[in-house]
Amino acid sequence: MKWTFFHKLGSPKWFYEISGRWLPILGWAAVLLILAGTVWGLVFAPQDYQQGNSFRIIYIHVPAAFLAQSGYLLLAIAGVVSLVWKMKLADIALKCAAPVGAWMTFIALVTGSIWGKPTWGTWWVWDARLTSMLILLFLYFGIIALGQAISNRDSSAKACAVLAIVGVINLPIIKYSVEWWNTLHQPATFTLTEKPAMPAQMWLPLLVMVVGFYCFFGAVVLMRMRLEVLRRESRTSWVRTLVEQSIGRGGSA
Amino acid sequence: MIGLFVLLLKREALLLCRRPAELANPLVFFAIVIALFPLAVGPESQLLQELSPGLVWVAALLAVLLSLDGLFRGDYEDGSLEQWVLSPHPLFVLVLAKVAAHWVFTGLALVVLSPVLALMLGLPAQCFGVLLLSLLLGTPVLSLLGAVGAALTVGLKRGGLLLALLILPLYIPVLILGSGALQACLHGMPATGQLLWLGSLMVLSLTLSPFAIGAGLRISVGE
Repeated sequence: MKWTFFHKLGSPKWFYEISGRWLPILGWAAVLLILAGTVWGLVFAPQDYQQGNSFRIIYIHVPAAFLAQSGYLLLAIAGVVSLVWKMKLADIALKCAAPVGAWMTFIALVTGSIWGKPTWGTWWVWDARLTSMLILLFLYFGIIALGQAISNRDSSAKACAVLAIVGVINLPIIKYSVEWWNTLHQPATFTLTEKPAMPAQMWLPLLVMVVGFYCFFGAVVLMRMRLEVLRRESRTSWVRTLVEQSIGRGGSA
Repeated sequence: MIGLFVLLLKREALLLCRRPAELANPLVFFAIVIALFPLAVGPESQLLQELSPGLVWVAALLAVLLSLDGLFRGDYEDGSLEQWVLSPHPLFVLVLAKVAAHWVFTGLALVVLSPVLALMLGLPAQCFGVLLLSLLLGTPVLSLLGAVGAALTVGLKRGGLLLALLILPLYIPVLILGSGALQACLHGMPATGQLLWLGSLMVLSLTLSPFAIGAGLRISVGE
């Protein structure tokens, strides 16, 4: 396996160039997939035999929940890369992905509680999945707050990396303990109807939406990372020529 | 190595004995928080007994959290931490001694005090064994995990609230298992499962968290 690709990632300039090529692909894929998935899921997919039309929020809720968890995993991976290989790009990725992941968690929570109103009859139940999502949101808040509290950029990135790794080790423990707590305490008043094996007309649009959300997440994080790279490298010559070029183009147009 | 460990423990004990107020504060806090709940929810003994497992555990958790803010602060300010980082001994051994001392003087003290307060909340006496055992297994986890947060925030001026934000979500499994054990005992069920889980969490945090604490201290000192 060639590692040149990995080593090149250490260079902000190289990353800026390559990500400029990825970004339009990811962005357009996200737009098309999310549009297609939304129309397909909201209009063409059949109704649920129990929940009627209210189940259609699944097409936003589930992709957001996927991204919320993958986002935290991404933070931990970036943390390991940053601590082991001292790669600045990993610091930037950690810092830029954390707020996006937190928003995804928030969306999953809000859509979950909106979904809960017609199906369970209340906005919030201390259901195991909802509760562990809420804790995940707090974990994201912790990383964001720690990153902002430490003024030195390098130590802030390292501290966030350590916290993300500690968090990711704890995440499964938290998840299982919450599930266990729930089965012990919660009387069976609200039983989530066991997920029936969904027909293909239902899960295909969901799959499209999940892939679309991943592309969207990738595109947003890349955009934020590119901005951060420009900001950090603003004194280097390549950024200056880049900015001068774009100003020149803006002036002539 | 063991000699060094004992030496550090003695130093910590001596330091804490010179400032007995710091020793007493978490305990007083624990007692006050427990006393607040009957005032808030009413003095009915049935209700209080039903709530007591949760109350004892939440109060213990907050008391440990409160004591963590000062865990590395003194050593950070007088420069001892820098010497630790520079010393030829592995940092995790030094850190483990520090956390062990913290646990003996707050965690273990809470364990000793807890039966009195649990009695006031109406917890039946046959549950005291489980209460003591669950706190004995759970408070080291609280100290160790909390020390990770304390190490990361020691260089900050106002780290206290941030520390709570970082650490409380990580405390949730201990809270669930600890109060779950007491609840099971209260309802006449065996609590072995929860206690075994608490024990394994303690072993896990004892083996892994010293490295995270060490990494956190290096970052804070290096700043």
